[in-house]
Amino acid sequence: MPDLGRAALVTAFLLLVYASVAGTFAAWHSRRRLAQSAQNALIAAFGATAVAAAVLLAALARHDLSFTYVAQHTSRELPLGYTLTAFWGGQEGSLLLWLLVLGGYSVAAVLTARRVGREVLAWVVPVLGLVGTFFALLLVFVASPFATQPAPADGAGLNPSLQNPYMAVHPPMLYLGYVGLTVPFAFAMGALLARRTDERWIVATRRWTLAAWAFLGVGQLLGAHWAYVEIGWGGYYAWDPVENAALMPWLAATAYLHSVMIQEKRGMLKVWNVLLVTLAFCLSIFGTFLTRSGIIQSIHSFTQSSIGPWFLGFICFITAASLALIFLRLPLLRAKTRLESLVSREATFLYNNLLLVALALTILWGVVYPLLSEAVTGEASTVSKPYYNFFLHSFGLPLLLLMGIGPLIAWRRASLRALGRTFLWPTAAAVVAGIALLAAGAGSSRVGVIAYTFSVFVLASIVLEFARGTSARKALGGVGWGGAFASLIARNRRRYGGYVVHAAVVLFAIGVAGSSAYQTVREARLHPGDSMTVARNRLVFRGFESSTQPNHRAIRANLWRYRPGKNQYFAEDQVSNEVSIRHDLLTGADLFLIADQVNSDGSVDLKALQKPLVNLIWFAGFIFVGGSLIALWPDAREERRLAERYEGATMRA
Amino acid sequence: MTLALAVGAVLAIAAVAVVAAPFLREPVAADDRLLPPDAAQQLQLARAEERDRTLDALKELEFDHRTGKVSDEDYRAQVGMLRQRAAAALRDADG
Repeated sequence: MPDLGRAALVTAFLLLVYASVAGTFAAWHSRRRLAQSAQNALIAAFGATAVAAAVLLAALARHDLSFTYVAQHTSRELPLGYTLTAFWGGQEGSLLLWLLVLGGYSVAAVLTARRVGREVLAWVVPVLGLVGTFFALLLVFVASPFATQPAPADGAGLNPSLQNPYMAVHPPMLYLGYVGLTVPFAFAMGALLARRTDERWIVATRRWTLAAWAFLGVGQLLGAHWAYVEIGWGGYYAWDPVENAALMPWLAATAYLHSVMIQEKRGMLKVWNVLLVTLAFCLSIFGTFLTRSGIIQSIHSFTQSSIGPWFLGFICFITAASLALIFLRLPLLRAKTRLESLVSREATFLYNNLLLVALALTILWGVVYPLLSEAVTGEASTVSKPYYNFFLHSFGLPLLLLMGIGPLIAWRRASLRALGRTFLWPTAAAVVAGIALLAAGAGSSRVGVIAYTFSVFVLASIVLEFARGTSARKALGGVGWGGAFASLIARNRRRYGGYVVHAAVVLFAIGVAGSSAYQTVREARLHPGDSMTVARNRLVFRGFESSTQPNHRAIRANLWRYRPGKNQYFAEDQVSNEVSIRHDLLTGADLFLIADQVNSDGSVDLKALQKPLVNLIWFAGFIFVGGSLIALWPDAREERRLAERYEGATMRA
Repeated sequence: MTLALAVGAVLAIAAVAVVAAPFLREPVAADDRLLPPDAAQQLQLARAEERDRTLDALKELEFDHRTGKVSDEDYRAQVGMLRQRAAAALRDADG
C-alpha cells in the first residue's frame, strides 16, 4: 500500500509539473489543445492526490504501524475518530491535506469559470499548477507520508491536546480557508498575465473568495473554542504566532472583500485589489510555513522539520514574481474615476482597508520580529500581549465604529444634513448605552465601555438599515412587510449578508470585551472540605476521583457539579489539563475551573474564572455562518445580468 | 504489492489518457489558437461593464434617496448627471 501512495503522489507531482510547464507554454503561444491538456492534468492531479489521501486514511484506519507517519501519530488504543483525524495531526498528513484541498478548489474553480475567458483561464491553470507543484514536491522529496519502517509494537500516539472533537473540524476548516485564497490569487495573476484587467476575474472568484474567507473565519473560531475547552488556561486567543498566522490572511481577505466592491461599483482600486489578493495568499502560505516549519515556539506547532527553507524560498519567489507582474501591468490597472468625497461609502471602505491592512501588518511584525531579532543578535526575544492589545485597540476600535458608519453613508458623497438624519438614532442609542454602562459601573475598563458603546452604535445602524430598506421596498407596493424584507435581502444578498456578518462581528466584540475586560479570577489551594467563592458561586472541594480509560488515566477534583482535573496519557507519556465549565445561557457567562496542580497531600491548586458574555463569541459564529451563507447564496437575477454582460466577449474565446 | 502496482499502473495510464484527451479527440486541429477577444470585443466588454456600473450607481442613488441617506438637494444634483451617463453607456453598449 505505501507503494501505491508513493506512486499516486509521484503521478500527482508529474501532472502538476506538466500543468505548470505545458500550461505556461500553451498560454504564451496561444495553443488551445495544449491549454486544455494542461487543464486536464490539473484535474487528473486531484484524482491522483485523492488516491494518495485514501491510502493514508486506510493505513490510519488499519493501524498500519509500518507507515512511519501512522506510528508517529497514533497508537493502538487511540479511538478510531482521533486515529482518522491524525491525518492532519502531523506535518506530512497536513501537507497532503493542503494538496488535496488545493486540487479540489482548482478543479471546481477552473470548471465553473465559464465567463473568465479562455485566454485568462489558460494562465490560471499554470499558476494553480505551480502552487500545487510546490506542495507535491515537498510530499514526494522532503516530507513523504508514505515512509515505511519495521512495524513497532505500538505507536507514539497523538498529542493529547489534539484528542478533542474540535480537531475533526478545526484544521480542515482552516485549510479550506488558507488554500481557498489560492483561487483569487491564481485568477488575479492569470488576468494580469493575459493582460485582461476587466472584472471577469473578480466575477469568477467572487464566491470562492467569500467561501475561503468564511471557512478561515469559522476555522479560527473553532480553534479558539478548542483552545478554550482543551488547553486549559482560561482563554481562547493568546496572540500565539500560529493563531496570528490564520488571522493575518483573514484580515487581508476582509479588506479585499470590501475594496473589491469599490472596483465593481466605481472601477477604482484595481492595483490595491490585486495587491490585497497577493498579500492574502502570501500570508496564507506564510501561515502554513509558521505552523509546519517548527521555526517558532507555539502550542500549535507540533513539529520540528526541515521544510522551513523550502517554504521561505517559495514565499520569496511568489511575492517577488507577483509584485514584478503587478508592476509590469500598472499601466493597465489605472483607474478612470477618482474618489469624489472623503465622506462617502467608498471612502469609509478605504479607511476600513487601511485599518485592516495596518492591523495585519503590525501583527506580522509581531510574529517576525522575534525571528529577525534572533537571526541578527542571536538572542531569543518575544513580542507579548501588550504589543498586540495596543494595536488591537488602536485599529480594532475604529474598525468597529466604521462598521456602523459605512452603511449609513451614501455612495459618492453625503451632505451634512443627510448625515445628521441617518446618524441620529444610532448615535442616540450609543450615547444612552454608554451612559447606562458608566452608571452600572462598567467604567473600570475604558476600552470595554468604548467597545460596548461602539457595538451599540453598529447594531443600531444595522437594524436601521434593514428597517429603512424594508420600508423603502414596501413603499414600492405589492408586498407586505415580510415580503418587502425578503425581497430586500434577495435583491442584494451580498450587502445584507454582509450586514449580518457585521452583526456577528459586533457580538464577537461584545463577547471578547466582556470576557477579557470584566472577568473575575480567583486562585486558592483547597484541601478536602475547603471552599472558595467566585462571582457568588461557592465551590466546595470534596477530594479526588480517578478512573482508567483505554488510552489514559483520568483524575478529577470533585467540586460537586464541577470536575476539573488532569489526564495521564499512556502511549504519549503526557499529561493534559481537563477544565470544567458551566455555561449560563441566560447571561452568556461561564464559570471556568482549572485544576492547576494536583498535590500529593490530597489538595488541589484551583483556578476559577468567571467570564461574562463569553458565550456570545461562540453564538456569533452561527450568525457569521448565516450571514456568509446569505452572501454566498446564488442570485438568479445577478446571474442573468452577468450572462448578458459577458455573452459577447466570452462566447468566442 | 502486486495489487498496489496494478492500481498504480492503472492510475498512471488513466492520467496519461486524460492529459492526452484533447489531442486524441482532435488529432489535427483546424484552428488551434486560443482566440482571445479582439479589440472590438474588448471594447464591447468594457462598455458593458461601464453600462452595468452606471445603472447600478443610478439604482443605488434612488435607493439611498428613498432610505434617507441622500438628501433631496444631493439627489437632484446627482441624478441628472447619472441619468445622462447611463443613457450614454446604454447607447455605447448597444452600438
